[in-house]
Amino acid sequence: MATSARPMTIIRSSATASASEPVTFTNEVVKLIDVSKCIGCKACQSACLEWNDRHEEVGVNEGAYQNPHDLTSESWTLMRFAEYDNPQTGEFEWLIRKDGCMHCADPGCLKACPAPGAIVQYANGVVDFDTEKCIGCGYCLKGCPFDIPRISHTEAKAHKCTLCSDRVAVGQGPACAKACPTHAITFGEKDAILAHAETRITDLKSRGYAKAGLYNPEGVGGTHVMYVLHHADQPELYSGLPAHPIVSPLIKIWKGVSRYAGLAAIAGAVVAGLIHHVITGPNRVTDDEEEKARRLLEKRS
Amino acid sequence: MKTRPTSSVKPPASKPPTSKPPTSKPRIPVIRYTLPARLNHSVTAVSFMLLTLSGLAFFHPSLYFLTMLFGGGELARLLHPWIGVVLAVSFAGLFLRFWRDNRWRAEDGAWIGSLRQVLSGHEENLPEIGKYNAGQKFVFWGMAVFVLGLLGSGILIWEQYFGTLTPVDTQRVAVLVHSALAILGILVLVVHIYAAIWVRSTIGAMSKGTVTAGWAWRHHRKWLREEAAKGLRPRT
Repeated sequence: MATSARPMTIIRSSATASASEPVTFTNEVVKLIDVSKCIGCKACQSACLEWNDRHEEVGVNEGAYQNPHDLTSESWTLMRFAEYDNPQTGEFEWLIRKDGCMHCADPGCLKACPAPGAIVQYANGVVDFDTEKCIGCGYCLKGCPFDIPRISHTEAKAHKCTLCSDRVAVGQGPACAKACPTHAITFGEKDAILAHAETRITDLKSRGYAKAGLYNPEGVGGTHVMYVLHHADQPELYSGLPAHPIVSPLIKIWKGVSRYAGLAAIAGAVVAGLIHHVITGPNRVTDDEEEKARRLLEKRS
Repeated sequence: MKTRPTSSVKPPASKPPTSKPPTSKPRIPVIRYTLPARLNHSVTAVSFMLLTLSGLAFFHPSLYFLTMLFGGGELARLLHPWIGVVLAVSFAGLFLRFWRDNRWRAEDGAWIGSLRQVLSGHEENLPEIGKYNAGQKFVFWGMAVFVLGLLGSGILIWEQYFGTLTPVDTQRVAVLVHSALAILGILVLVVHIYAAIWVRSTIGAMSKGTVTAGWAWRHHRKWLREEAAKGLRPRT
């Protein structure tokens, strides 16, 4: 749980050109979720709701342990329960994954956001939403490769896991990690956590999980929430965890070339009009034409 | 519009419509748009402008300040889709009014073929044009397609009511399509406004409802002949 209480410097900010590039910093933080140690108790869900003062509606049982049935604007983390018949061992496996924001190094939500400063990335890797600046448009949902943010329709604001940035700012770990009874959730500086993950993977391999490994997808520049998976070769088994998440090319086109091409085309059309007007001058009706029209109308009368 | 009984030749206004000094005889005004048609057009124009301003604010951060015109980002986000609904309904009204006169005619091909002459202001060698020329028809049909597409894609990304209607993959396509169609629509708007400015005395058609007979002779002679053939006589 060791982390330094260094102030959280903003290194990237949505819809803002000036974001200073990250300098070399050593205290990137990571939350590691060891799926193999998770018992599905939902203490993390409760701790999250309590610390962040969110109020989930009373749910409905649909015959599964998962509750609520999806992430909501209140439930920023969710235990997803997947049942898996392992064809190699013939064993039934209950794969429980704590879902929530992955705090991508290259966050798609931040790319897609149109409101300046509504989404920020701190030097420690946390991606945070500034509710005051959020306009509730839902663009972050479209940018996110993990389908995480949710819009509250009572307050019209986007919400997701903050990695308890308020706790991290004062040297605490996130509420979910604090509440986890099996230490399946650990939190700390990146190097220490990666070393810890390595010992867990070695242990799992020694116990027959040959494909055990770390989930830290490169397609989004790595994440600041990582998983230890027993089947790291098949992340989709864990309730559809994407094997190769990337920020959609559509979002990159939309927020990249289409902006410049679109505005350039509009400006070009206006300039073309001005040039045309200067060259040809106004298209005026002549007196002769008025006279001819008069004769036409008088002939008919 | 040509079948509407309201089309007529009005008594001349007290002032000539252009700033040029009056000639010996006052110019004859010809009704081009009725009051309901002009109001319909005004609602469409204002809503399109508001959509352009609020939409561009979400399109590029350097234009985000435009949200202040709507009372901030949240209100702009709230109002934009509703203004879109107004535009769609209003444009549907324009479509029903004008689609007959925007059907493709033989002379439209010749007009397109002589675009260079049109753009240099020499319409005298062109065939006589009805109520709308090919350029105006492109504006009409282009806008019809773009407004329909913007409505469809806009509904899919209207988070407040339709955020969960379609999967996020569909919404990613919709948001890109919406932006592209908006750019195309704005380009058509630029052409539309520029043409109205360049071809002098055109704006009066939508503000006052009338053009001069000479304007009609120069740009839409076939339409003028049709109007005259209805037995409408000038009172000078």
